[in-house]
Amino acid sequence: MSNIKKFLYLNRKAPYGSIYALESLEVVLIGAAFDQQVSLAFIDDGVFQLAKGQDTKSLGVKNFSPTFRALGDYGVTKLYVEQESLSERGLTAADLMPITYEDENDGFAEKPSINVVSRSELAGIMREQDVILSF
Amino acid sequence: MLGHELARSSRVRPALRKCRSSRGSTKVKLSILVNEGPYTHQASDSAYQFTKAALEKGHEIFRVFFYHDGVNNGTRLTVPPQDDRNVQKNWSELAEKHKLDLVVCIAAAQRRGILDEGEAKRHNKGEGSANIAPGFRISGLGQLIEAGIEADRLVVFGD
Repeated sequence: MSNIKKFLYLNRKAPYGSIYALESLEVVLIGAAFDQQVSLAFIDDGVFQLAKGQDTKSLGVKNFSPTFRALGDYGVTKLYVEQESLSERGLTAADLMPITYEDENDGFAEKPSINVVSRSELAGIMREQDVILSF
Repeated sequence: MLGHELARSSRVRPALRKCRSSRGSTKVKLSILVNEGPYTHQASDSAYQFTKAALEKGHEIFRVFFYHDGVNNGTRLTVPPQDDRNVQKNWSELAEKHKLDLVVCIAAAQRRGILDEGEAKRHNKGEGSANIAPGFRISGLGQLIEAGIEADRLVVFGD
C-alpha cells in the first residue's frame, strides 16, 4: 500500500440525534494511522459538529466534540466548513470552536485547522479527492 | 448514493485508464460502503443491485464494508415476510457465488449486537448467540480505509 490517496470525510449530520458524526470521527482516527492525505468537510447540519460550547449532559450521551481538537496530533489539519451551510443556520465562524495544529514545517507554529470555504470552493476540493466518505 | 458518480465520470482517472482493455471496455476495481441497515432504507438494496450489476459487467469488487446500521445486514436472525426479498440472504448468496469479501465493522457491530463466535465467547453472551450471517466476517475499520486505498473507486451507499 505505497500509494497515497486523498481522503475526504464529508460530515453532513448534526452531532447528536444520530450516530453518524461520532462513527465518522471513529473512522478518521483509525484512518489516520494509514498515512493518507486526509481532510474533513462539514456541510448541512454537519457544521453543528464544530459548534463551540456543546453540552450533552441532559441528553445522556457523550460529548465527543473535544476529540476534534485532538485531530492535529493525528496529522489531520484540514477542516473545511461550508460558508453557505453556516449562513443558512444563522451561524458564523465565531460560533465554531477554535481548532489548531502545530505546523512542523514552520517551527511548530500554531495554526488554525478550520477553513471556511464557499460551496463552489468546496466543490473544487471534492473534485480533487480520490476517496470521499460521506456520513 | 454516490453511485451516479461512476457513470457520470467522463474524466477517467489514470488508475482507471490503465485497466482499459483492448475492446475499449473499462474494468474497474470497486469497493462498496453500506451505511444503512436492511428494510428501513433503500441503501442496502441499492448497494446489492449495484454490486451484482458491476460483477455481471465483469468489474472486480475488492470489498463490501458495512458500517453504522449497515452492520445489521449481516445478522442471520432476520425473518422477513415470505413475499418480500431477503436482504441478508441476497448478500450471503452473492458472496458465495463471487467469493466476495463482506466485512462488518467490529465497533459498529458490537454496539448493535452483531457477534461472531469469537466475540460472543469473549463477551460471555452464551452458547449459540453468535449471529453473523454466512459469508460475512467481522473486522476493524482499517479494512474500510484499505478498501479505499486499494480500489479504483469507493462507492458509498447511505442516507
